Amino acid sequence: MSEKVLMKGNEAFAEAVIRGGVRFYFGYPITPQSEIPEFMSRELPKRGGKFLQAESELGAINMAYGCGAAGGNGFISSSSPGIALMQEGMSFLCGAEVPVTLLNVSRGGPGIGSIQPGQADYNQVTRGGGNGDYKIPVFAPASIQEAVDILYEAPEIANRYRNPVMVLADGLMGQMMEPVLLPEPKPDLTSADIPKVKPWAISGSEKGERSVVKSLRLQPEVLEAHVEHLFEKYAEMEKELERVECESLEDAEVVFVAFGTMARLAREAMELLEAQGIRAGLIRPISLWPFPYAAFDRISDKTRAVVSVELSMGQMLQDINLGVKGRVPVRLVHRVGGMLPTSIEVVEKTKKILEEVR
Amino acid sequence: MATSKLFFAGSGGQGVLTMGQMLTYAAMYADMNATWLPSYGPEMRGGTANCTVVISPDKPVSCPLIYEADDVVVMNLPSLIKFESLVKAGGNLFVNSSLIEQKATREDINVYYVPANDIAMKLGNARTANTVMLGALVSVAPVVPVEMVYKIMEKTFSGRKAHLLDINKTAFHAWKAV
Repeated sequence: MSEKVLMKGNEAFAEAVIRGGVRFYFGYPITPQSEIPEFMSRELPKRGGKFLQAESELGAINMAYGCGAAGGNGFISSSSPGIALMQEGMSFLCGAEVPVTLLNVSRGGPGIGSIQPGQADYNQVTRGGGNGDYKIPVFAPASIQEAVDILYEAPEIANRYRNPVMVLADGLMGQMMEPVLLPEPKPDLTSADIPKVKPWAISGSEKGERSVVKSLRLQPEVLEAHVEHLFEKYAEMEKELERVECESLEDAEVVFVAFGTMARLAREAMELLEAQGIRAGLIRPISLWPFPYAAFDRISDKTRAVVSVELSMGQMLQDINLGVKGRVPVRLVHRVGGMLPTSIEVVEKTKKILEEVR
Repeated sequence: MATSKLFFAGSGGQGVLTMGQMLTYAAMYADMNATWLPSYGPEMRGGTANCTVVISPDKPVSCPLIYEADDVVVMNLPSLIKFESLVKAGGNLFVNSSLIEQKATREDINVYYVPANDIAMKLGNARTANTVMLGALVSVAPVVPVEMVYKIMEKTFSGRKAHLLDINKTAFHAWKAV
């Protein structure tokens, strides 16, 4: 195994997907992830791949659609408002069952918002902004190492399910540096491999049958059967892709729920509370869809409050409430607009909450 | 060993982000856990720059964001005014006294006045001011082993930059607390 290297989040993310088999990048620069297209434009041509700066986010997602339909391992990165522009394409990718790896290094909103970190894309990425019945698995890593490991695996997950896969990081993770161990590069997928590995792809093979990749199905019974088929796949994903980390739930007076960087802040708040004699636990959803509802069954009878720590007005609360099922009061500690809470702020607000629910 | 939280601030071009990175590399080489977090945004274009480094010798870094710092380095006056309050009680504040005439106001912290630019000029390379400051910090607060700082210097100052290695090593040891 190679030794640890110190990398900026955005560069580590880009290196990880290349090692995971991605050879095609389509993108349009946007802060706080512009180091990714920069890195890709430098690295991909050296590694048998192609970098293409699209004319817009719409262009980028549709180029990835074409690339994926032809069997290539494509990758898109953007940030919140850019991801919003791509929502139509994501619906098409799901309908046509085209695998693509997506990365959202999120920032403050709504609208063009700010360039500082945000998590107010929760609904956008878990509920989807495109039309129709579709789902996209979303993973929210909390460290650069975890992001690297997930992005390395993401192209394989996308190919397995013939569906886009998204990784959600926040601006803070994109800009941060942390030592990482990079995984061994996966072998290249050559044009000769594609008809074998992806027989459905429009690979120009001479097998005599047409490969058709499209989302248009005009006959209602055909489309109904197709949507049912998609949802059989999504049911599989719900079983296979759910990921969560739980810490110190036994005896916890208060349980934090947080993802990404906010989970790290919550972890420090746990330590500070512990020092004041208050036991705190943490449920850290790693997959936001499928959401780890079952983890909330592990909350003990001693828990008096569940506190979501988010950089949004509480977009995750709906899912948390579905998991908690009314057994314990659910509260929110949040900052928005690119403002970040400190762990002390989380501790103080949590103590107030514990007094209120007493 | 406890977690160390460090903060570096100054104006763009003073090597503030580099100081933090050098320390983070040194921590990684010493098999410690570390995070480096820069300020980012419009301030990058000619305004103030700052970065936060958290070093944890034996467990993963809980949080890359800080609410107080054990050690703060300020390279210019606006940074002193803005970040003196970030030093935790009993912590260390390193003031670049070549560019900051004003004194720190707090009495519950240790303040070290380091004429970093003057020392660097005397050494013959004004651009080593940040290395002087980093050396001052590590001599007072040994958060990483000096050999590991040498290791990253040797990697950074190699090839076309090899001639800068010796002067940076000298600059690193140029200031000592009285």
